[in-house]
Amino acid sequence: MTDTFPRARTAIAGLATFGVGETPGYSSMELTVQAALLAVADAGLTLPEIDALFICQPDDFFAGLSFAEYLGLQPRYTDNNRTGGSAFMSHMASAALMLEAGYIDCALIAYGSNQRSAGGKLATKITSNQWDAPYAPIFPLTGYALAAARHMHQYGTTREDLATVALSARAWARTNPEAFARGPLTLEDCLSARMVSTPISVRDCCLVTDGAAAIVMTRTDRARDLARPPVPLLGAAAATWWNSVAQSKDVTVTAAKESGARAMAMAGVTPRDVRTAQLYDAFTINTILFLEDLGFCPKGEGGRFVSSGAIAPGGSLPVNTNGGGLSCCHPGMYGLFAVIEAARQIRGEAANQIDGADVALAHGNGGTLSSQATVVLGSMATL
Amino acid sequence: MSPEAPFPEAHWRGALAEGRLLLQRAPDGSAVFPPRLAAPGTGAPLEWFEASGRGRVYTLSWISRKPPAEPYHVALIDLDEGARLMSRVEGVTPETLAIGMRVEAFVDHDGEAPLLLFRPVED
Repeated sequence: MTDTFPRARTAIAGLATFGVGETPGYSSMELTVQAALLAVADAGLTLPEIDALFICQPDDFFAGLSFAEYLGLQPRYTDNNRTGGSAFMSHMASAALMLEAGYIDCALIAYGSNQRSAGGKLATKITSNQWDAPYAPIFPLTGYALAAARHMHQYGTTREDLATVALSARAWARTNPEAFARGPLTLEDCLSARMVSTPISVRDCCLVTDGAAAIVMTRTDRARDLARPPVPLLGAAAATWWNSVAQSKDVTVTAAKESGARAMAMAGVTPRDVRTAQLYDAFTINTILFLEDLGFCPKGEGGRFVSSGAIAPGGSLPVNTNGGGLSCCHPGMYGLFAVIEAARQIRGEAANQIDGADVALAHGNGGTLSSQATVVLGSMATL
Repeated sequence: MSPEAPFPEAHWRGALAEGRLLLQRAPDGSAVFPPRLAAPGTGAPLEWFEASGRGRVYTLSWISRKPPAEPYHVALIDLDEGARLMSRVEGVTPETLAIGMRVEAFVDHDGEAPLLLFRPVED
């Protein structure tokens, strides 16, 4: 079955991040609201024009309802989807279809967390399922470690390859003022880092930061008349193949293979057309898996691809140009920050701007490589 | 569903308490774990059968603890019948436990609830 999607009929009209890094004193909701207000203002819209909310907060099961109450909105639709860090790409797919149908006119997608200032613990109370829990895997980290160990066994991927993902992310972060981790990082730092769950060391893990992000989506014909250049949504697809990694058929192949292929088909692009990719890098293995599954290199070649320098500054495929979850920010869920970096690249205002970035991909991941969602953004020139 | 097994999860745990590892089989012959009411993908009825308990380590991770506590591990085990599950292999070290190692199941009754574990066996 081929997907039907309103290619480029909807667009990101406004966007903002707020409080990225360390912003003590704010609650998660306050960070989120501040980002949302900035995104609405960025679009040149006013709050009453928002008629749909897509919210997923770390610490509030009913966050969509709380958010509506806080803003004093009575949305025509409120979505409280919880598919982990990929939720925001799924939100975009839903919002696009609703906007195209005329069911809503202006969608606000927002997220924020004070995870770092609140003590660094993952605020979301999610654990392993009843079958896995007795063996005490670190949730979600060990799930990724199991995939990484198998990838190393099956394809010869090395810890140096994993470290190169972290080093590439840091190289981008060093020239992004918004990035939280901008200090020097060496291969030796990575290889000698404390092991958490083999083969994943602390340097293979994303940051724990505060931060909030928000985007406003409207139909593209309306976005043309608003304050900022529209960033049309060319394709968006979500896929789920498992929840626990124990139930994967092949733990080295994620549902990104499906979500990426579908989103790119909707967009009418191939991996070759993607000028920059923003991939949810909760752990270094993620970047390698998603590069393969999204078709940027063959399965099993991800380690060698990153070690060739392909994803770092000056490489053939700029990846996570803000520094990613590994070096820019990771407030519990990163998906919306990947979307915003992709949109900033299309708008030509990224800290590490890629020349001619007219097609950008953002990929979100949730759970333990469980939920995968991909969006493809284009410039108005790609319509 | 057989009348003696109306609750798949409880039925599986009951068998484990008796030292037996049960799996379910779908009409296409594939083995199913965790226990379910219906075959994944089709919704077809499932039949119980007792697994051999033999399998192979598919992947593993050693988890660090604050010294002096030793690291422990988590492994995904591919049972010979086809199902995959999370468990742990007893009597191994980071030097001896490896992907591909042959293992067999046993039930540990020392904890709060019976626990499915594995031990190495000759290939």
